[in-house]
Amino acid sequence: MGSLATYIARRLLLMIPTLLGVSILIFAISMVFTPEQRAALYVTSPKAASKIYQIIKKYGLDRPAHEQYFTWLSNVLRGNLGYSKSMNIPVIRAFTDLWPTSVEIAIYAAPLIVLVGVKLGKISAIYRDRLPDHIARVLAIVGWSLPTFWSAIILLAIFYGWLGWFPPGRLGPDAEAIVRSSQWVTYTGLYTIDSLLNGNLFVFVDALRHLFLPVLNLVIVGNAGIMRVMRSSMLEELNKEYVLAARSKGVEEKVIINKHVTRNALIPVVTMAGVLVAGLMTGLVITETVFELKGLGYWAAHAAEQLDIPAVLAFALFTGVVFVIANLIVDILYAYIDPRVRLQ
Amino acid sequence: MSVSEVKKVPLSERIWYKELRFMAKRVRESPLSLAGLAIIFFYVVIAILAPYLAPPRPGRDPFEIPRYGYTITPSPPSPEHPFGLTQGQYDLFYGCIWGTVTAFRVGLLGVSGSILIGVTVGAIAGYFGGKIDEVLMRIVDIVYAIPGLILAMAFVLALGQSLDNVIIALMLVGWATYARLTRAGVLQVKQEDYVEAARAIGSPHRRILLRHILPNSIFPVFVVATLDIGSMVLTASALSFLGIGAPLGYADWGQLIALSRNWLIGTPQNPFEYWYTYTYPGLFIFTFVLGWNLLGDAFRDILDPTLRRR
Repeated sequence: MGSLATYIARRLLLMIPTLLGVSILIFAISMVFTPEQRAALYVTSPKAASKIYQIIKKYGLDRPAHEQYFTWLSNVLRGNLGYSKSMNIPVIRAFTDLWPTSVEIAIYAAPLIVLVGVKLGKISAIYRDRLPDHIARVLAIVGWSLPTFWSAIILLAIFYGWLGWFPPGRLGPDAEAIVRSSQWVTYTGLYTIDSLLNGNLFVFVDALRHLFLPVLNLVIVGNAGIMRVMRSSMLEELNKEYVLAARSKGVEEKVIINKHVTRNALIPVVTMAGVLVAGLMTGLVITETVFELKGLGYWAAHAAEQLDIPAVLAFALFTGVVFVIANLIVDILYAYIDPRVRLQ
Repeated sequence: MSVSEVKKVPLSERIWYKELRFMAKRVRESPLSLAGLAIIFFYVVIAILAPYLAPPRPGRDPFEIPRYGYTITPSPPSPEHPFGLTQGQYDLFYGCIWGTVTAFRVGLLGVSGSILIGVTVGAIAGYFGGKIDEVLMRIVDIVYAIPGLILAMAFVLALGQSLDNVIIALMLVGWATYARLTRAGVLQVKQEDYVEAARAIGSPHRRILLRHILPNSIFPVFVVATLDIGSMVLTASALSFLGIGAPLGYADWGQLIALSRNWLIGTPQNPFEYWYTYTYPGLFIFTFVLGWNLLGDAFRDILDPTLRRR
């Protein structure tokens, strides 16, 4: 396994220039703004923000760009990302306050997107050019073409406005009261997990009820990419000689597909994880906004509308870092599953 | 051998001709992409006929949606306003029709700008290789790392809110794909004998790139461009929906849906009281993007070398 360790080390080193590049890009965008506007990137309280000229002097916002970059980067690395005026808290506080909402949606949506995408891709490949294939492909294209905000609106209008089953927000008023009471212990901030740890099934069911539509929405619009990759990789595997060999020695078709073909076909799907993460973060911005789930995406959307520069830039930086790390994990996983990769 | 003696390649042997014939065949064979083509054609007709379907008021910008009053509550469809009036009494029919023109503008400009930047960067990176290639491709990786919508949000914030800036932001985000594609194509063609020959007779880099390499490697770029128009329109409409795209009252589908946000829930008697506010503009975006994606689905196989021409 020595080669795997060197592979990981090499990938980690390669990650650094990309991360630095992302930070330079974000910094470059910030340089479009005037020093007065940029002052908000360095302060952590509204009181400090009122002393704009002192800040400009202190952080050298009138100095050459490369000097400012290093001041900014060292600030960011120390966790000072500025003050978010749309939330009225420091940006870093917004991250620590809001992440559970977004993560809770993501941990349900991501596996479901993969599951649905893989299943549809598999059906589509097995029944190539027959009815199930056509249906699966149309479903994927429809999901791909739906504006995320519109499908969210339609879901809300039907399941909340008309049927009243799945309300927006994270919790109903009753569950909210329980969560805010003194007996409630917050372990993770994710209500579906905390409710079980607190032994409160009512909150658990209520949290699930509120998660249902946002997760469904993300699955509808997000599975097409996985479905496509699964379909073509499955088709490729089905054409290989080992399938012919297995068929000719009389192995049941079901066994061939489930035991051999699907497993091999799944390998390229692993590389889709980066795309999945990027799609999820974009989806969260819109889905959280429509369903009024006050997470990171909701915050980013409202920050953009209110010209809250530090918040939008910090969120963009954050998504870039998450994407790079996700791809690193994927590459390592890939090298683990498929040893040939390590040799490159 | 003088240049005039060089035998011209017959039309039927040219790569462009062969690729186009292959594309046309794919489209003809696939009922789904024919449907896509029909949808796109329908929207082209709407865009061309927009001045007749929804005549702009004289002396006003045609992209300014007319208002019929200032009441907040939307008004249902009527003979004068077939799709109804949305929050603030903006005419939905007018907005949807002229929104088609906006969508074509956003999609076509966004994609062609992205192609221009991407092909230039990709061709330089692939042709010259070495350090230049390394640096340019790192930049591509960086642009890729931030999800398109989120990076576009940051760009629009920096450039200022307007539809033109949305289009510029889409170009600044979208070029990375074309840079990668072009570079891959250039690397392939670079090794060919005719490029070697051109270099041997002392053709300048520019001529080799523009006359010999790009025409033979750019085809996938145009295929992806078809797929991209739909997603550009989706991103632009999302920006408008979030309130950082087209300004209020501008004929843009995403913006019309943003105006319907407060009217998802009808009245107790009729839960779908305000259905028209979100249904019409949503259907326009959805079917427009669907048309491009259906057409593009047939093209996708063209890019897949393992499925080619089987």
